[in-house]
Amino acid sequence: MRVSYYPGCSLEGTAREYGESTEAVCKALGIELEELEDWNCCGATSAHSTNDFLSLALPARNLALAEVIGLDLVVPCAACYQRLKVAEKKLADNPLPEFSYQGKVKVKHLVDFCAQEEVLRQVKEGVKKPLAGLKVACYYGCLVVRPPKITDAANYEDPQNMDELMKAVGAESVNWSYKTDCCGGSLVLSRPDVVRKLIGKLLDMAREAGAECLVTCCPMCQSNLDTGERGLARETGRDYRMPVFYFTELLGLALGLPGAEGWLKRHLVSPRELLSAKGLL
Amino acid sequence: MALNSKFSKEGVSSLTRQTVPIISPHFLREVEAVSGEKVSLCYQCRKCSSGCPVSFAMDYLPDVILRMVQLGFRDRVLNSSTIWICASCETCTTRCPNEIDIAGVIDTLRRMALSEGRVAPAVKDIPKFHQAFLSSIKAGGRVNEVGMLRRYLLKTNLWAKLRSGELLEQAKLGWGMFRRGKLKIWPHRIRQAGEIKKLFAKSGR
Repeated sequence: MRVSYYPGCSLEGTAREYGESTEAVCKALGIELEELEDWNCCGATSAHSTNDFLSLALPARNLALAEVIGLDLVVPCAACYQRLKVAEKKLADNPLPEFSYQGKVKVKHLVDFCAQEEVLRQVKEGVKKPLAGLKVACYYGCLVVRPPKITDAANYEDPQNMDELMKAVGAESVNWSYKTDCCGGSLVLSRPDVVRKLIGKLLDMAREAGAECLVTCCPMCQSNLDTGERGLARETGRDYRMPVFYFTELLGLALGLPGAEGWLKRHLVSPRELLSAKGLL
Repeated sequence: MALNSKFSKEGVSSLTRQTVPIISPHFLREVEAVSGEKVSLCYQCRKCSSGCPVSFAMDYLPDVILRMVQLGFRDRVLNSSTIWICASCETCTTRCPNEIDIAGVIDTLRRMALSEGRVAPAVKDIPKFHQAFLSSIKAGGRVNEVGMLRRYLLKTNLWAKLRSGELLEQAKLGWGMFRRGKLKIWPHRIRQAGEIKKLFAKSGR
């Protein structure tokens, strides 16, 4: 299977392990990722908060690049995904004169792409090291599912795709009510006080539901939680260490891919202790 | 608890402020025209405010913002911290029974406030962050986190950040990320960076 691939800026920096694990897992599953050549930033929250034209034009350039290739466009970052999806929907009715885009590209988030029947079956068949006994809370965040008019997500209040993937590799996915609550990613530098309160709630609720770790499909969610736990512990005097994985890292681990240990070394909250205790590292 | 009490001081209690607002009779029409959203449909069910994850840090709840748009309280709305605290999580947009894209309306209000140079002191760093982020894109087509952070910090009150310990904390975090290979020092410049510059020129930024 071949698809176009838009990694987004985070995957070159703070979410490097997401990019590395995505490429490795897709390769192992026989999915060929064709990275858009010379792609640009989607503009993220900063563009749509401050400039209407840029919020559409920046993703539009990427859609135009993808249309030339003519394949579905797979996007691992939730924020990029949503901005590209907004452009996909808006440009279908009102094209921008700057780009010769005909509105033919279908944008898909990586987690939805991996949860389609065909890929899910391949994942199941490829498991070499089942993540037995690992209790995970699947955390989707905002932008993979909202707003449903843009994302076309069926279960936007209680999404299941990541849960299905985690079950496919033998992990136990806990039920919890904060799957799609916001972590405050866009405020991480400008209002860290607000962000600490949001991630504190997420971590408390995941723990209360019996989870030992969180699994994400968004670079902002992962980095916000992974980097925020230390400050939160200092402020509250409580132990907030809980590993936060990208779902692709856990897929890679279960598929027995050689790079897995290297990805996990990039986390600030080390998952080593938890995974060793389960016999997975 | 400590966090809650801190927020309530600057938070919802300001709803009871007693000053008489100046009415701008065309504000509703203006917001509806720019956003393309029917704000007049809001009948104050407060579903948006009930589900809002950051309402604790706002000076006016989201439904109050919509009501004030309807009533023409232009200054109060555009000077509010709410429009910047909104994390764009889109929960309100998703749940509104009148299908108002509330997060979209907030975006419109932010752009209006920005074009008039208004921003509440409690949230002054938020538009600075957005500006630093966009400048990073303008420079080479993609965001470089290190360059963006440098741009952002230089726009903010560094002395205050140093005294509160926030700067040291961020430096420690930065070092931790750098050691793990998560920070790219040199920005990637896309080959067609000129195209991005043209888009910025057209956008007026």
